[in-house]
Amino acid sequence: MTLVFMESADDELSRQALTLAQSLGGDVRAVTIDGPYAPSVWAAAIVEAAGGDDIVGPGSDRGNELLAHAAAQLDLPFAANVSEIQGDELTRLRWGGTLLEEARLHSDRRLLSSAPFAFAPATWGQEVAVLTPSFGDGVQVVDHVAPDMGGKVSLADAKVVVSGGRGVGSAEGFAILEELAALLDAAVGCSRVVTSAGWRPHSDQVGQTGTKVSPDLYIACGISGATQHIAGCKGAKALLAINADKEATIFAHADYAVIGDLHEIVPAITAELRKVKGS
Amino acid sequence: MRILVCVKRVPITGGRMVLTADEQAIETKHLGFTISPHEECGVEEAVRIVEAGGGEVVVLTLGPEEAAEQIRDCMAIGADRGIHLVSSEEWDPQATAAAIADAIRAEDPFDLIVFGNESADAGGYQVGIRVAYALGLPVVTGLKGLTVDAGRARCEQEVPGGRDVYDVALPAVVSVKEGLNLPRYPSVPAKLRAKSKPLDARLVERPVSKLEKLRLVVPEGSHKQAEILGEGPAAAPRVVEVMQQLGVA
Ligand SMILES: Cc1cc2nc3c(=O)[nH]c(=O)nc-3n(C[C@H](O)[C@H](O)[C@H](O)COP(=O)(O)OP(=O)(O)OC[C@H]3O[C@@H](n4cnc5c(N)ncnc54)[C@H](O)[C@@H]3O)c2cc1C
Ligand SMILES: Cc1cc2nc3c(=O)[nH]c(=O)nc-3n(C[C@H](O)[C@H](O)[C@H](O)COP(=O)(O)OP(=O)(O)OC[C@H]3O[C@@H](n4cnc5c(N)ncnc54)[C@H](O)[C@@H]3O)c2cc1C
Repeated sequence: MTLVFMESADDELSRQALTLAQSLGGDVRAVTIDGPYAPSVWAAAIVEAAGGDDIVGPGSDRGNELLAHAAAQLDLPFAANVSEIQGDELTRLRWGGTLLEEARLHSDRRLLSSAPFAFAPATWGQEVAVLTPSFGDGVQVVDHVAPDMGGKVSLADAKVVVSGGRGVGSAEGFAILEELAALLDAAVGCSRVVTSAGWRPHSDQVGQTGTKVSPDLYIACGISGATQHIAGCKGAKALLAINADKEATIFAHADYAVIGDLHEIVPAITAELRKVKGS
Repeated sequence: MRILVCVKRVPITGGRMVLTADEQAIETKHLGFTISPHEECGVEEAVRIVEAGGGEVVVLTLGPEEAAEQIRDCMAIGADRGIHLVSSEEWDPQATAAAIADAIRAEDPFDLIVFGNESADAGGYQVGIRVAYALGLPVVTGLKGLTVDAGRARCEQEVPGGRDVYDVALPAVVSVKEGLNLPRYPSVPAKLRAKSKPLDARLVERPVSKLEKLRLVVPEGSHKQAEILGEGPAAAPRVVEVMQQLGVA
C-alpha cells in the first residue's frame, strides 16, 4: 500500500506523484496538510499516517524536502526525482534531468518523489484526507515576503522568455532583449555566465541552479546550450535559438534557428513586430 | 562563529554528457571539475559572516584524492581549514550523511553547518537534512537569504511567488541555493595563501549502499532538427510569422 502526500488536491506535480503511486500496485491513499509549513512536523504527520506503507510525494522543493525529512526520521533510503520504477529497480534524474541513473533500492519500504513531468497527472475521484498536525517546537515558517514585480510577468509564469547569454556582451547589451520582451509581454532570462558577470540578477537565471521555465516560446540569444542551461528550458514548447556559431550545441535543442549576430537580429525582429502590430 | 561548509567535487560537463564504457560514470578525461554553484554560495556566505564577526570557516568533502583541489578552491575564497574524507568509491546519500555526521562529532561544535540544497550531479536533496537529524539540530533548506545575529539565524527559503521566512536558534543546519550572494573571484594572493592552509585528510570505509547505482543512461535527445529561419536580420519576417503561428505575437 502507498501513501501519497499532495501539496493540494489539484496541484499538477502532486497529481503526477499520484500516477507514480498508482503504478506501484496496491491501494493508494492521498493526504494533504493544513496549517503553517513546518517541515519536520509535517513529515512526522506523514510518517504516522503512512504506518508501514510506501510514501510518495511530488518532486517539488517542498515534496523533496518532506520526503528527506521522513527518510531521516525513519532511517530509510529515499530516491528523489524518480522517472520510472519496476519493483525495487528505478530510474531517477541526475544533473537536473540531463542524465539518468538506474538504481536499486535496498529497502522493504519505498520512499520516492516523482520527477516533474515524467508522469501524466492522475485524476483522483476519492477523498484527499487533510492532516492537521499539532505544532510543537519544530522549525516553522514565521513570515512570508513577496518580491515587488513592478507589474512584470515572472520568469516562471511567462508565456514567452527572451533569454541572453555571454553573446549579449554586457549589462547594457540586454536593452535590445528588454525591448523585444516588452512587445511580447515576455520575461527576460539569462545564462549563468551573465549572472556570474553581474550583468543580471540571479533571479533571471534559467537552468539547473536557476529557474526552470516552460513557456510557449523560449528565445535563446547568444547562449551555447550547456546541459545545465538546457535543464532549465527543456520544458519550453518551442525554442528559437539565435547564435553566431552554426555549430553551437543549442541548435540541437532548438525548433527554430537564426544564424548570425544577435545585436543585429534582435532589433530587426523588434522592428518587424512593431510593423506587423501597427498595421 | 564556527561554520562548516560541505561541498562535493563534480565534473564540468559542457554541452554533452559522455559516459565511460562501463556506463558507471561520466567520462571526465577532458573535463575540469568544480562544486555546485549552490555550495559555492555557501562558502562565500560563511566567509562573509566570519569576515564580519570573527571565527573560523571549515570546508568538508567526501570524495576521491583529487577532491583536495575543490577544498583549495574554497580556501582561496577564504575558508580557513579543510577536512577531506577520502574514498574512491561511490557513496549513497544515507552513507554520505552518516560519514559527514561522524566527522562533525569529532570536531569542536560548529554554530552553523552549511550544505547545498542539492548536489550538482546526483541531486538526492537529502544529505543536509539527514546530517541535521543525526546531530539533533534544526534544519532549513533552499535559502536565498540568511542573516545571523545574536545566536539566531533568519532564513529566507525560496517558494513559488516569494520567500518563506524562518527564525531558528543556533547551532543549526542550513542548505542554500545559488543567488544567496554573488561569490567573489579569488585573487592571486588568495590562491597562493590557500596552498598552505591546513587540510586534514583521512581514509573512510564505505558501508553497503541502500540506494545502489546500477548504471547511468544519457536520455534520448529530442532529436530535433531545427528549422533554419534564415541568417542575419533578413530572417526577421520569418521569425515574426513563426511567432504568430505559435500564437505569441
Ligand atoms: C553544476 C553547474 C550548474 C550550472 N547551472 C547553470 C544554470 O543554472 N544556468 C546556466 O545557464 N548555466 C549553468 N551552468 C553553467 C553552464 O555550464 C555554462 O557555463 C553556461 O550556461 C554558459 O553560458 P552561455 O551559453 O551564456 O556562454 P557560452 O557558453 O560562452 O556561449 C556563448 C554563446 O554565444 C554565442 N555568441 C557570441 N557572440 C554572439 C553574437 N554576437 N551573436 C550571437 N551569438 C553570439 C557563441 O557562439 C556561444 O554559443 C552550470 C554549471 C555547472 C557546473
Ligand atoms: C569516489 C567517488 C565517486 C563518486 N562518483 C559519483 C558519480 O559518478 N556520480 C554521482 O552522482 N555521485 C558520485 N559520488 C558522490 C556520492 O554518490 C554522493 O556524495 C552521495 O550520493 C550524496 O548524495 P547526493 O549527491 O544526492 O547529495 P544531496 O543530498 O543532493 O547533496 C546535498 C548537499 O550535501 C553535501 N554533500 C553531498 N555529497 C557530499 C560529499 N560527497 N561530500 C561533502 N558534502 C556532500 C553538499 O553540500 C550538497 O550540496 C561519488 C563519490 C565518491 C566518493
